[in-house]
Amino acid sequence: MKNKRTELKVQAIRTGTVIDHIQAENTYRVFTMLNLEKSTDHVYFGTNLESKKLGKKGIIKISNKFFKPEEISKIALVAPHATLIEIRDYEIIKKQQVELPHEVHNIVKCVNPKCVTNNQQVPTQFKIIRDHHGKLKLLCRYCEKTMSMSDVQFL
Amino acid sequence: MIRLKNRSLVSITDYGKEEILKVLDIAEGFEHNQRQKILSGYVIASLFFEPSTRTRLSFESAVQYLGGSIIGFANADTSSVRKGESLKDTILTVSNYSDLIVMRNPLDGSARFASEVSPVPVINAGDGANQHPTQCLLDLYSIRKTQGTLENLQIALVGDLKYGRTVHSLVQALSLFGATFHLVSPESLKLPSGVKKWIKDAGLDYYQYTELSEVIPFADIIYMTRIQGERFPDPMEYEKVKNAYVLENKMLENSKEQLRILHPLPRVNEISEDVDDNPKAYYFQQAKNGVYVRQALIAAILGLKE
Repeated sequence: MKNKRTELKVQAIRTGTVIDHIQAENTYRVFTMLNLEKSTDHVYFGTNLESKKLGKKGIIKISNKFFKPEEISKIALVAPHATLIEIRDYEIIKKQQVELPHEVHNIVKCVNPKCVTNNQQVPTQFKIIRDHHGKLKLLCRYCEKTMSMSDVQFL
Repeated sequence: MIRLKNRSLVSITDYGKEEILKVLDIAEGFEHNQRQKILSGYVIASLFFEPSTRTRLSFESAVQYLGGSIIGFANADTSSVRKGESLKDTILTVSNYSDLIVMRNPLDGSARFASEVSPVPVINAGDGANQHPTQCLLDLYSIRKTQGTLENLQIALVGDLKYGRTVHSLVQALSLFGATFHLVSPESLKLPSGVKKWIKDAGLDYYQYTELSEVIPFADIIYMTRIQGERFPDPMEYEKVKNAYVLENKMLENSKEQLRILHPLPRVNEISEDVDDNPKAYYFQQAKNGVYVRQALIAAILGLKE
């Protein structure tokens, strides 16, 4: 019964990608980061759905869209637990857990206004590290400042 | 195999223990024999996009003692930067005219970027609030010279431990040698947790204090810093802490014989002038050591000393 209700909430797509297991509070962030508000295809968005793994989760289904590796890196930054499910003709053809990259190149803006990357034409570069509490942080190659995931702005 | 030749120096973490000791050893040679004309025929570019007294003059003095020539500018107003030239273009142009570039720039990370685009090595003479590795090396030189070692010292760091970049670099570098850190600061200017993590990761200990008098009896080094008004977002906050620590001569009565007082300078009022004549005051000699260290770096990077 429970499964059936979940399916009713978010409609299936014929061809495209499902991003599942997004932490509920980050669902809208994933949506805006991928510029889905500008999409002309069907996009289904659900959040605060029950999840054994995350407590509350979000899910986004995007018709006719398959992600490139750099887009998957972006998703991993905001939703490190996400699963990507690629669908063709209602069949699952590929299911993958996103993987956090060790570094990200030119997809994130440095939070430090005095960083050279915000003042000259310098592509940004960050290492993904964990702080002493185990939280994920981005370390700028240039200004050597770390920033929290919540401060991340995409270029 | 330690190789310093043709390597830029952007951040103190670019060097490990061996590289640091190598530079200090070469610097010691220059302290004993400063005028060695090994840089004859070489041109060093000195690009100071913002003002500096000690760093710029000691670099230029280092080049002169070595018999080299200097080109460059002491502020960005006299260069094409004023016409809107990018940092990349300035560096590429100047690298055509010189064998090595010494640069200070107000943007954080500008030195790393310059080192990536420049075909000649770059020495970072301060990139905004980020790194100032030659200051760190001259601090290490001064500590080793006055204590005879860099290993296992009792190091007291005093004042602005939050924003002071020299403090952060010094903690990073001394962590390679096994110090115990005594951190004296107001509550609002404590050492950032990321920097404390380096100490812990190196398996070392630190202790935090709010009173300067507590650390004086056992410290080998007291590293004083200026509380920098320009780093404070809130001027009220600065007013509260600006006079928090003032070292006076009478406070040094029960200190260790080998204690030395260091300060990256400029000082405002955090070391009273009556300390200057105490043999434990070392900050002006420390600034002088900067010339030997910079001679050593230039010579090593150009492959003229090994």
